[in-house]
Amino acid sequence: MGELKLMKGNEAVAEAAIRAGADAYFGYPITPQSEVMEYLALQQPHKRTGMVLLQAESEIAAINMVYGAASTGKRAFTSSSSPGISLKQEGISYMAGAELPCLILNVVRGGPGLGTIQPSQADYFQSTKGGGHGDYHLIVLAPASVQEMSDFVKLGFELAEKYRNPAMILSDGVIGQMMEKVELFEQQPRKTAFNEPWMVTGKSNNREKRVVTSLDLDPVKMEKHNYDLIEKYKTIREKEVRFEEIQCDDAEYILVAYGSSARICQKAVELAREEGIKVGLFRPITLYPFPEKAIGMLAQRVKGFLSVELSAGQMVEDVRLAVNGKVPVSHYGRLGGMIHSPEQVLCAIHEFLVR
Amino acid sequence: MDINTIIKPENLVYKRTECLTDRTLSYCPGCGHGVIHRIAMEVVEELGIQQDTIGVASVGCSVLAYDFMDIDMTQSPHGRATAVATGIKRCWPDKFVFTYQGDGDLAAIGTAETIHTCNRGENITIIFVNNGIYGMTGGQMAPTTLPGMRSSTSPYGRDVELMGNPIKMTELVAQLPGTYYATRQSVHKPANVRKAKMAIKKAFENQRLKKGTSIVEIVSNCNSGWKMTPVESNKWMEENMFPFYPLGDIKVDGQLVTKQ
Ligand SMILES: Cc1ncc(C[n+]2csc(CCOP(=O)(O)OP(=O)(O)O)c2C)c(N)n1
Ligand code: SF4
Repeated sequence: MGELKLMKGNEAVAEAAIRAGADAYFGYPITPQSEVMEYLALQQPHKRTGMVLLQAESEIAAINMVYGAASTGKRAFTSSSSPGISLKQEGISYMAGAELPCLILNVVRGGPGLGTIQPSQADYFQSTKGGGHGDYHLIVLAPASVQEMSDFVKLGFELAEKYRNPAMILSDGVIGQMMEKVELFEQQPRKTAFNEPWMVTGKSNNREKRVVTSLDLDPVKMEKHNYDLIEKYKTIREKEVRFEEIQCDDAEYILVAYGSSARICQKAVELAREEGIKVGLFRPITLYPFPEKAIGMLAQRVKGFLSVELSAGQMVEDVRLAVNGKVPVSHYGRLGGMIHSPEQVLCAIHEFLVR
Repeated sequence: MDINTIIKPENLVYKRTECLTDRTLSYCPGCGHGVIHRIAMEVVEELGIQQDTIGVASVGCSVLAYDFMDIDMTQSPHGRATAVATGIKRCWPDKFVFTYQGDGDLAAIGTAETIHTCNRGENITIIFVNNGIYGMTGGQMAPTTLPGMRSSTSPYGRDVELMGNPIKMTELVAQLPGTYYATRQSVHKPANVRKAKMAIKKAFENQRLKKGTSIVEIVSNCNSGWKMTPVESNKWMEENMFPFYPLGDIKVDGQLVTKQ
């Protein structure tokens, strides 16, 4: 068994990044995720592994530092919360366009605008549908525990590098701030000698120069580039879907929820079952690629789906697409930093049943 | 003597640097960008650092700089070049990293990145081409556009009451402790080309010595944006741009230059 620790979700991300052999972190403080950089600063990762740590002057600068580092083949990451992630969208779009790997943590808070520092899931659209300009997607992982915050750092880096695409951990203020037991994975070596044909490392005599860019003024070539990206996303949708089914085997109704909302729904499932209502919980772990096939399969044998989110109804659109009209799909959400209780979810199940 | 007897290696006095590709430049004829590309790459060749240099192209007419420079390059979002360069340099402290930016890029959208990169003393070279206008997008007003100067968004001339004052970015960042070297040059005459090249060389040498940020501003023309012939534009530049943006060193070896 690996080392066991009691940690905040944000700290687990920071520790996991050092252990995953990250080369660099660039960030800018924002609640509720500032512990990521604070923990790193305390740990002095430059002494532990040689990892670079720098507080940038803004989220825009931070993501562009990540862009620069990633263009040289380094394992770089950043973290922020909703308004900061909005600022990072320019750089994220550039990285998707230039096909660069990186990891981005979004510890979501209530919005829009400055909103509140309380947890929310209202950045679902922004995370899964592109977010910045252009036709692109991120690989989006949704942890529901501090353990997953740690594990998804490693997974996120691996997927980002495998597909040369930015990956995002879409967390929220609950998972970022709560403390839980976490089993840490072993320290991995930094991949400093990493050298693939796309990385700008200085043109040696025996090779052509390399350029990292998202620009092509020729629309014919740009269209081809876009089609290549779409092919890549197709592969990701085929190979990288992750989800968890809790008591779905005999379920007649399915709650669909991710992250902290899924934790609450787990309790709501218990309450419903005590009343004899056969409810199961479907927890998407990857929000992009969305587990549409698995939900489509369930739709063939259950009576309905209730998407439970800390938003006005964002993921429910993907659930509806997956269910494709076979059975009713409804939504229950709390907004602006408010969190639903298991009892409220149970009420929502009741309402759904009478409809 | 016919030409073939003249073309011999021993008679060669000048050739295009190997650090430029043989792609045709995308700049308007008469534009300073081409000369600045050449001297920057000559410096890289003369210092023998082609293998250890990573350039950052910005957004503006020089967005395609990576097509012309035969070195590894990353193209950055508009204004963010020095942040991208910071990411590269922090990961590869022993490489030579430079940005190539216009005034719209460096002094408008990228003001914050420029100031903070210099203030951190990021050990990079900034090549800053100041032509007082947005060339690529068709001649709009830049933060560096002179008072009274016409552009497509100041068609009656820049009215500072309405549009604000032009900004002297190099003087501004020279005040910061992290800026080690700040100079303003031009490339409109051979003697100036030589001086500008020496300045770029010094800026790269400062990197080897890990001294902090070096910024080489080059006041240049944009004959298309200014709607002049190349010759007229150079004359106009001497008469109007240089009085406002005086050529010469502003900070050398970490010390502000005091003009007598
Ligand atoms: C975010 C963003 N805003 C605006 C633009 C449009 N744009 C492209 S180049 C440019 C101005 C470039 O001017 P400058 O840096 O002075 O370079 P020049 O073309 O004069 O060499 C602008 C505004 C852009 N590409 N990206
Ligand atoms: S538009 Fe101006 S800056 Fe751009 S290439 Fe032409 S002359 Fe040069």
